[in-house]
Order: sequence, then structure tokens, then C-alpha cells
Amino acid sequence: MSQVSTPPSPALRRTILLVISVLFLLPLAAMAEFTLRSTTGGYGFEHWAGLGELQDSRQYRALTRGLGNSLVLSALSLGLVLCVFAPTIIWVHLRFARLQRMLDLLTVLPIAIPAIALVVGFAPIYRILGRTLGSGEWTLFLAYGVLVLPFAYRAIAADLHGMDARVLSEAARSLGAGWPAVFIKVLIPGLRRGLLSASLLTVAIVMGEFTVSSLLSRDTFQTGLLQISQTDPYLAVLVSLLSLLIMFVLLALVSGMGSTRGRMAPARTPKQKKVSHAT
Amino acid sequence: MAAPPGPTEYSKERWFPLKRKLSWLGLLPFTLYILAFLGVPTLLAIGSGFVDADGSFTLGNFSVYENPVIWKTFGSSSLIGLLTALIGAVLGALVCWALTGVRSDGPLRRSMDAAASVLAQFGGVMLAFAFIATMGAQSILRVWLRDTWGIDIYGEGVWLYQLPGLILPYLYFQIPLMVITFLPAIERLRPQWVESSATLGANRWQYWRHIGFPVLAPSFLGALLLLFANSFSSYATAAALISQGAQIVPLQIRAALIGETGASVANTAGVLALGMILVMAVVMVLYSLLMRRAARWQQ
Repeated sequence: MSQVSTPPSPALRRTILLVISVLFLLPLAAMAEFTLRSTTGGYGFEHWAGLGELQDSRQYRALTRGLGNSLVLSALSLGLVLCVFAPTIIWVHLRFARLQRMLDLLTVLPIAIPAIALVVGFAPIYRILGRTLGSGEWTLFLAYGVLVLPFAYRAIAADLHGMDARVLSEAARSLGAGWPAVFIKVLIPGLRRGLLSASLLTVAIVMGEFTVSSLLSRDTFQTGLLQISQTDPYLAVLVSLLSLLIMFVLLALVSGMGSTRGRMAPARTPKQKKVSHAT
Repeated sequence: MAAPPGPTEYSKERWFPLKRKLSWLGLLPFTLYILAFLGVPTLLAIGSGFVDADGSFTLGNFSVYENPVIWKTFGSSSLIGLLTALIGAVLGALVCWALTGVRSDGPLRRSMDAAASVLAQFGGVMLAFAFIATMGAQSILRVWLRDTWGIDIYGEGVWLYQLPGLILPYLYFQIPLMVITFLPAIERLRPQWVESSATLGANRWQYWRHIGFPVLAPSFLGALLLLFANSFSSYATAAALISQGAQIVPLQIRAALIGETGASVANTAGVLALGMILVMAVVMVLYSLLMRRAARWQQ
């Protein structure tokens, strides 16, 4: 797979990758430069130093409150993805192969129906939810689940197909394991990379979500950032830069994990088993 | 394979009817959730376009489509979508082509993969900040271009907060999205095809002209549509960048939802949402047709 047909010459390849990297690093560099500007002119670390006082300062309450809400929402959405989405995706793959195609289509819908259009429908639902569950931010996780679904599904499904989940679970069952044991001892360990990248994408999407929360007038990380940017643009840019860098490092770590798994995969699924179960 | 599958399946079904039913129960929580938070909101969004402020059926909301301004915003949304999809697809495909020459498990490739998946998700408020810092009126780039080269990018007014200002920020997530979607397709080109075409006397250009491009065309067009849909439906970046006016459809929906324009506006939002969903539906159907065609070469 590695030697693909007619790649560009090394010089051309380096030029393309260098130019595109520079273009993409430019906004990040500009953000860093912006956060180093002193309010009085010149450069300094005063805005970075201000990061330590974030907690105490009343001026930044919108941001800290929004950040807190978004962290709670991330945890709740993560729960939804891992406790409802993942088991269902695995269950359909193992027991309802005929529904697989339907699930494929279903999970594309949240991309096909733009979030801004869904918000129009969320508004009346959240008016009702507001009366029964209160107008707290935490109920937003129910809407976020839909936004996250396509990405979580693809991450888990790709891993599921890669690990021969059907064969492995049948093997475990024929050795006497019940479904709970199959899930805990076979499927979850085998799918840890897919589950991890689904979790990471979930957190990334929830922390970056703006459309739904702003139009339903809930305070989240992004609405807080926008609000803070009007009084302290330096801090808003600084926090954005930091959260972007954190996401990049986390994702790079997960994709690094993937390559170790790739080397182990063949040893885990012997070919003979496939043959004996096919007959 | 040769044995008739009928009887064994049948007896299994008869022996474990209860178990079979119980395993359906496992799908229940997910089904209920999807109905409540994807099915119902979609129906409500579309349905709200067909009722008036009192809740009785009407087609009157569709009169917004008599307003040329609405058609203009649909036009602008499509234009931005088309433009950023085209530029993003071409540049993204170039990056994919360059990446095929890089070791697939090396650090360069791995960091490119991670960067592409982070940046494809990087929209909204933070992206707007990044571009205000990069090319805003006070940015070092603008000041440098103006003072050193005498080029003022905002000579005719600051267009960053207008429609043209969306193009560069959108490309910042469109190109990475292209890399993510197109890289698997270009990696499926078989090395044997190059060899066999070379054996038959084809040069590099002839290989691309008669084999590479035709095989990749459906995937490329599919990715192009995906990019168009991505741009057409994105709201957050534009909302953070453009605070005045509603130049694209998602911003018209914002205006209708928060009631900038007058009476019975929530229902106007429904009609506009329906318009967007229709455009997206056409795009997604074309996309799935193209993907089916692209699958022909993968097995």
C-alpha cells in the first residue's frame, strides 16, 4: 500500500508540502504574535501571565462559566456516545447485518441536514425541555449527540470492520462467553482505538460547538469566547490558540497509537478461524 | 456455500424466538433517541414552514421566496460553496498527491493526518479569531504589506467582515477535509496499473490521462460535492465574522430566528431551513451516486 503510483518528484513533493504547511501555520503564528502584543505597544508576556488570574477575575466570568458548561456537556455527550451509540453500532454489526446499510444512511443525515436547519426544530423542543428539566446548559448534550453521531459512527465502524468483530465474538461465544463477557473482554479492548478517536472527536466537536448553543441562548465555551473577545481580544485569541494546540497534540497521540495496533492486528485474527466459521 | 441456507436458519429462528426478540430490545434506546432528537427536530423544522403564527396550515410563508434578497443569499451561499470547494479540492488533491510519496507510517505523514483531522473540524469562533489576527486591519501582515510594499489589501474597505472575507477562512477547513476524504481514494491506485501501462509503452502523462484521472474522477467529484455541502451548511464561522447583515442563507435563518426582521419570523426560518435541506438533499444524492461509481475500482 505504501508505494502508490507515480508520486511527484521529491523536489516537487517537498515544495507542495512546504508551501501548504507555511500557509496553514501562518494564522497560528499570527495568533501567537497577537497574544504577545502589549496593550501599551511593543511585545511582552502580560496576556499569558493574565491566564493565571482567569479563575478569580469577574471580568472573565462569561468565559470560565462557558468553559465549565462545555466540559460538563463534553462528559455527558461522551457518556451518550460510549453507552448508547457504541453498543448499538457494535450490536447492529454483530446481529443485524441487514440494518447496517440503514445505519450508514442514518448517520449521514446529521451532515445532510445542516445544524442551522436543525436548530429551527430544536428551538420548540428546548422550550418544552426548559419547562420540565429546567433551562440549564446540560440538556444541550441531547442535541450534541446528533451532531457528533456521524463522526463517532465512522470512527467506531472503521475499527469494527478492521478487527473481524463477528468472527472474534463468535469464537468467544463458542468458548462459552456470554454477551457481557464478549463486550468487556473482547470487543472493547479490540476497539479501543476506534472508541478513543470517537471520544476525542466528540470532545472536540462539543468544545467547538457554537451554532446550537448561541441560537438557543445557552452559555458555552464558544459563546463565552465571543463575548470575551469584545472586552479582551488578546485573551480570546490566546485561549483559542491553546485549545487548538491541545487538540492537535491529543489527536497526534491517538494516531500514533494506531500504528502500534496495526502491527499487532494480524496475530490476533488467525485466518483459520474465518474458514472454519464460514462453512 | 453449496449447502442450502434455508433449513438451518429456519430452525434457529424457531428455537430461539424469545432470544431473537430480546436482541431487538438492544436497539431500542438508540432508536428512541434518534427519533426524538433527529426525527422530530427535522419534522418540526420543515413543518414550521407550513404553519402560520396561530398554528394553522398555510403556504403563505413561502412568499419569502418572492423576495429577491432571499434568492441572492442562496446565490451567495452557493457561490461561496462552489468557489471554496473548487479551490479546496484542487489544493487538497495536490497535497494528497504529494503525500503518496511520503512513508505512510512516518512522522511527517502522521502529523499531516493529525493536522488534517483537527483543522477539518476547526470552524467557528476560533477560526474567525485566527483570521482576524492574521489579516485583520491591525494585523502584522496587513501593516507589513502596506508599509513595506505599498499594497493595502483593504484599500477599498475592510472586506474581511463581508462576503469575500469568508473565502480564506473557509479554505482553512476545506483543504484539510479534502485531504481526509481524497487521500484514501488516491492511495487505492494500484502500482500494478502504472507498471502495466508502462509495459504497454505509456509515459507518465499518458498514464494519468487514460488511467489515473478517469479512475479518480468519481472520488474527486464526490469530494467536491462534500466540500460544497460543508461550506453551504456552515454557520458558525460566518456568524462570528459577519455581525451585520445576512449575506448567506444560514445568516438569514439567524436573523429570522432572533427576530430581526418582523412578524411570524420563526416560520420564515422553517421555510429557509427547508430550502437548505432541499439543496443538501440534491447534493447528497449526487454524492452517493458518485461514490457507488467510485467503488467500482476498489473491490
